[in-house]
Amino acid sequence: MAEAGGPHHEEHPSYQRHHFETVGQQADATNFAMWLFLLTEVMFFGGLFTAYLIYRNWYYPAFVSASHQLNVGWGTANTAVLIFSSFTMAMGVWCAETRRRRGLVLCLGLTFFFGTCFLGIKSIEYHEKWEKHHVPGLHYSLQSFLDPASDPEVYKEYHDKPMSLDMARHTELYFFLYFAMTGMHALHMIIGIAILGYMIFRARAGAYTSGHVTFVENFGLYWHFVDIIWIYLFALLYLISRHQ
Amino acid sequence: MSEQTSHAEHEHHIVSPAVYVVILLALLFGTGLTVWASFLELGVWNPVVALAIATGKAMLVVLFFMGVKYSTKLTKLTVIAGIFIFLGLISMTLADYMSRAWGRW
Repeated sequence: MAEAGGPHHEEHPSYQRHHFETVGQQADATNFAMWLFLLTEVMFFGGLFTAYLIYRNWYYPAFVSASHQLNVGWGTANTAVLIFSSFTMAMGVWCAETRRRRGLVLCLGLTFFFGTCFLGIKSIEYHEKWEKHHVPGLHYSLQSFLDPASDPEVYKEYHDKPMSLDMARHTELYFFLYFAMTGMHALHMIIGIAILGYMIFRARAGAYTSGHVTFVENFGLYWHFVDIIWIYLFALLYLISRHQ
Repeated sequence: MSEQTSHAEHEHHIVSPAVYVVILLALLFGTGLTVWASFLELGVWNPVVALAIATGKAMLVVLFFMGVKYSTKLTKLTVIAGIFIFLGLISMTLADYMSRAWGRW
C-alpha cells in the first residue's frame, strides 16, 4: 500500500497528482473547480441580463422596435449550429472516455468547424448593423425608428409606428446591450475555438485517449455553458419582442 | 486507506451516444418550438413561453451534455446553489427597481 504522496510512482497513473489519493478524487476535485469557475461566469453574464431586463422595461417601445432589426432566421440558424457543436463536443468527451483517438479528433474538428460557422453568421449580422449605422457611437442613426417606412425590409414584416425622438434615442441602448452581450458571448466562442485548436493538435498525439480525460471533460463543460448563454440570448434578444 | 475513500467516491459514468442523440433532437425540437411560439400573439405570455422553453433546453444541456445528472452530490449542490443565488440576486435587483420607481417603471 503506497502512502498518499509517497514516492511510489509506479503505483498510480502518471497523471495523478501526488496530493490526491486516487484518480477519482482528482477528477471530482477538478470537476468541482470547473463548476465554481462557471458560476462566476453565470454571475458575469447575469449582470448583463439584469441590465437588459431593467432597461427593456423602462424603454419598452424602443427595445421592441430595435429588436425588430434582428433577423430571426440568422438567429435560429446560429442556435442550431451551436446545438450541433454541443452535440459533437459531448461525443468528443465520449470518444475520449472510450479511448477512440480518431473519433475524438473528428469530434473536436467538427466542434471547431461549427464554432467557426457560428462566428461567421454572427459577423454577417454585425456587418448588417454596421451598414445601417446601428452600432452605438458617433455614427449611430435613428432613421429606422423615426421613420420606420424608410427601412422597407423590416417595415413590411412589423409595421412599427414612428417613435418620438426621445424614445427613439433609447434604441441605442438596446444595441449597446446587444453588442455587449453577443460580443462577450462571441469572445467566449473565440477563446473556446482557440483552445479547441490546441486540443485537436494534442488529441492527434493521443494525449486524451490514454485514460486522462479531465481536460476534454472540463473544456466540454465550458463549451456547453457558452451554448446555454446563447440559448437565453436568442430568446431575450431575438424572440420575445416580435409582437406588440 | 484507499478502502475508506473508494466507496464514498464517484464512479465515473460514461453517458452513451444514444442519450446524446436524443438530447440533440430534443434541443432542435425546442428551438423550432420557441421560434414557432414567437410568431403567435400571446401578449405578456410571449416572453414567459420563450424563457420557459429556453430554461427547459438549458436544463437538458446541464443534466445530460454537462453530465450533472450523473455527477457527485457536491457538483449537484454547487450547481443548484449557483442557480439559487443568481435568481436571488436578479429578483432582489428587479424588486428594488420596481418598488422605487413605482408607476414610472
